[in-house]
Amino acid sequence: MSETLHFEIVSPERLLKDAEAAMVVVPGADGDFAAMPAHAPMMSTIRPGVVEIYETETAVPEQLFVKGGLAQISPEGLTILAEETIHLDDVDAGDLAGKISAVEGDLAAASDDVARAAAEKELAWMTVLSEIVS
Amino acid sequence: MPSLKDLKVRINSVKSTQKITKAMKMVAASKLRRAQEAAEAARPYAERMEKVLTGLGQAVKDQPGASPLLAGTGKDDVQLVIIATSERGLCGGFNTNIVKAARAHIASLIADGKTVKILCIGKKGYGVLRREFEDRIIDLKDMSAVKKLGFGDAQPIAAEVLAMFDRGEFDVATLFYAKFQSALVQITTAQQLIPAPLNVAANENDAEDELAGAVYDYEPSEEAILDDLLPRNVAVQVYRGLLENAASEQGARMTAMDNATRNAGEMIDSLTITYNRTRQANITKELIEIISGAEAL
Repeated sequence: MSETLHFEIVSPERLLKDAEAAMVVVPGADGDFAAMPAHAPMMSTIRPGVVEIYETETAVPEQLFVKGGLAQISPEGLTILAEETIHLDDVDAGDLAGKISAVEGDLAAASDDVARAAAEKELAWMTVLSEIVS
Repeated sequence: MPSLKDLKVRINSVKSTQKITKAMKMVAASKLRRAQEAAEAARPYAERMEKVLTGLGQAVKDQPGASPLLAGTGKDDVQLVIIATSERGLCGGFNTNIVKAARAHIASLIADGKTVKILCIGKKGYGVLRREFEDRIIDLKDMSAVKKLGFGDAQPIAAEVLAMFDRGEFDVATLFYAKFQSALVQITTAQQLIPAPLNVAANENDAEDELAGAVYDYEPSEEAILDDLLPRNVAVQVYRGLLENAASEQGARMTAMDNATRNAGEMIDSLTITYNRTRQANITKELIEIISGAEAL
């Protein structure tokens, strides 16, 4: 199949990626789904996880970690609105463990609901990321 | 009549002022370019967000149980006015314009008997508004430590606004900032943040070419997506406002400093003319003294 899927990853700060791919696997809130050319239009929230970009069907996927966001598949292609993406190769496990314990400390010290919710959210994606890396 | 020495000192001081304004103009120009790039880079996200939100919002808005972030609380008694200004002065009418617009808005709200709460971002606007509305200002967000504005700077502000909304501390939130058009023109804009306004007109054009042929599947559900999206939208709008504001500030400063440099140039010219005339007058006077002295002999 020669057809490709046009996809974009956009963060609030800039357009992160704008390319063609054979298939993109997205960690949807209700489970991973693979977006391929001519996928039915859909919209889904994303849970923290890895977006896998297959440039060709047999290629080794490029893996990007997203903290969450929204995916939209329209007839024109796939758009992922993500707050932040991290390249899996850039993740340092030791560094991450340090950050996790720091956030855990924040969570324990959180005095009000807002701070607690923020810390919980941070912890959630960090835990997922550390599981993937290890 | 100032002496020659006084004039010389004066000219030199204007010249050094001109050097400063010129340098500030150049700094503002390079910062403007960066701020503009950042504002443009942030545009795709905001646009796509708006598109998704408008499409979804229209479907859900009239249903009972729609998120209050979209449908409102049903009241508009307590108004939160968020005013974004700069941290530094010397940028022409930039802060004045924003504050003027905000003040008119606040005054009309008060006249309508509404309760107004003010949240200041940037201390320049705070300084002016404090004189008039001290008891209404709930907080000042100091952004002077921020070197390069990132989404991470807008998020805590949005989180705080949302937390206040959840506690029922206000019904409607409006953000005042200056939209960047060019270095010469900045448009003071009042944007409603909560409840999220639906840009119906803009969506109708899109609706025909994009949404008409496509029936979307929603996962997990329309409501769940909206619940996730609406708070994020507030952060994005705040971020966009701050970015536009940063670009506008540099644009306004560049123009103001350009004017100042030109004015200083004019002043130097006229001072130099006065200086030369005085010098010549002095020479003439001395000559007359010598001649008349010689004649008297």
